[in-house]
Amino acid sequence: MSLLEVQDLDVRHGLLQAVRGVSLRLEQGETHALVGANGAGKSTLLRTIAGAHRPASGQVRFDGREVTHVPAHRRVSLGIGLVPEGRHLFLSLSVEENLRVAARPGYWTVEKVLEAFPLLAARRHSRAVNLSGGERQATAIGRTLMTNPKLLLLDEVSLGLAPVTVEDLYRSLRQVIGQGTTVLLVEQDLGRAMAVAQRVSCMLEGRIVLEGRSDELTREQVTEAYFGLGRLAAEAASTGGVE
Amino acid sequence: MTWVNAVIQGVLLGGLYALFACGLSLMFGVMRIINLAHGDLALLGTFMVLVVTEHLGISPFVALLIVLPGAAIFGVLLQYGILNRSLQGGELSPLLATFGLSIVIANLLLQIFSADTHSLSAGALTTASWRISSQVSISALSAVIFGVAVVVLGGLQLMLSHTQLGRSMRATADDPATAELVGINAKRIYAVATAIALATAALAGTFFAMRSSFDPTLGPSQLIFAFEAVVIGGLGSLWGTMVGGIALGVAQTVGAQAFGAQWSIFCGDVLFLAVLAFRPQGIFVAREARA
Repeated sequence: MSLLEVQDLDVRHGLLQAVRGVSLRLEQGETHALVGANGAGKSTLLRTIAGAHRPASGQVRFDGREVTHVPAHRRVSLGIGLVPEGRHLFLSLSVEENLRVAARPGYWTVEKVLEAFPLLAARRHSRAVNLSGGERQATAIGRTLMTNPKLLLLDEVSLGLAPVTVEDLYRSLRQVIGQGTTVLLVEQDLGRAMAVAQRVSCMLEGRIVLEGRSDELTREQVTEAYFGLGRLAAEAASTGGVE
Repeated sequence: MTWVNAVIQGVLLGGLYALFACGLSLMFGVMRIINLAHGDLALLGTFMVLVVTEHLGISPFVALLIVLPGAAIFGVLLQYGILNRSLQGGELSPLLATFGLSIVIANLLLQIFSADTHSLSAGALTTASWRISSQVSISALSAVIFGVAVVVLGGLQLMLSHTQLGRSMRATADDPATAELVGINAKRIYAVATAIALATAALAGTFFAMRSSFDPTLGPSQLIFAFEAVVIGGLGSLWGTMVGGIALGVAQTVGAQAFGAQWSIFCGDVLFLAVLAFRPQGIFVAREARA
């Protein structure tokens, strides 16, 4: 049985349909990357799985039960944890308080998180508002880990960070993946996404247009799907060229 | 020595103002709701204490043991029934909802209890006092009220700083949508805040009624004192509210000493306006409030 099963999901933001008929399966222990251009619907898909958005139609099943209409805070206790894009730390709380406020029993404790993200150890009692971008991102990931999720959803964790910081974060994340946590991540860096994940899905205009094992897909195939080049070429052929 | 006495009486009175204001401060801090019905809700609790005291023939202190949990439960119902809905309607809706609630409660109390003034007797505490010198004496009731205020505000501050519930409240105050994503039920946190606010308001209202007579129309003036204490102290901090309440109390009693009793409330208002004009963030800005 798959840990996560998304079926025919449609999500709208007012008139805009951000996710169109998406189906997705994640097996226990798998790391799955979601790639695609800005506005392709990746973040919306992640947020809908976490319960921050309600879908217009379709189903989300997690760990054998339907959670489509379960509120976000209850999904956390079922084992779904989202690291939101833009970190969204509790700015008036210290690093440790940000971690503690999310705590649920399990492998991850404040000490384990500080071990996994060594850059946070010295900043333990600093207020989140005084942290650097990398420290904020590490705290945001650590905070979600404190909920001891079975499924970790990572939304653009490398956005706006220096390459060396991203390198550090991913080193820590490999340790998380090593714990057996199932991960669904959105990542702009195609090379990094394909290196860390076993499977890759590419989204374009709200749909998944390509899915496969990352060791079987070529970079060219993914790039083509990413920009919708194949479709453009097909259209060009049928209409006799684009202007 | 009369001045020393004025300051001491002001500090003691300020404790009551702070107790009165802490619920207002908490609801604003956690939900950004300015509860215009705070004074009337306090009066509602006071009248409930009056009813229980008269019907059961018990001391108002014992009646509080029955009324305070009732006030907290009423707070939960109010949050789920009215305030959560109004929060979805934008920033102004809660203001209008609580304004309406204030009118409903005031008229309900007038209907049931008429405009007559009532009083609550605190028994032997009312008349007991300690004479410190010929001009300074501290009434036992004022001292008890001040002690309770320090314990309640201090307890709430410790709860906010050091418990999981307190962290959840501060996290929800920072960002309710993200709080949901880490497993916090924001609506439940809001209900807890309102329950605490209504219980402390009922407690303060009852103490107020032990000090002087009261009637159903006093809500708005009580709201203004609470509001002044919160603003003088600085929004979002309970210690600030304590300091604000004491500053307001001292301004009133020292003003009365200097210019006569009729200037008492005016002097409190002048302090409030001066703080708004020269230090709008409040005298005491909390760690929590500095984002």
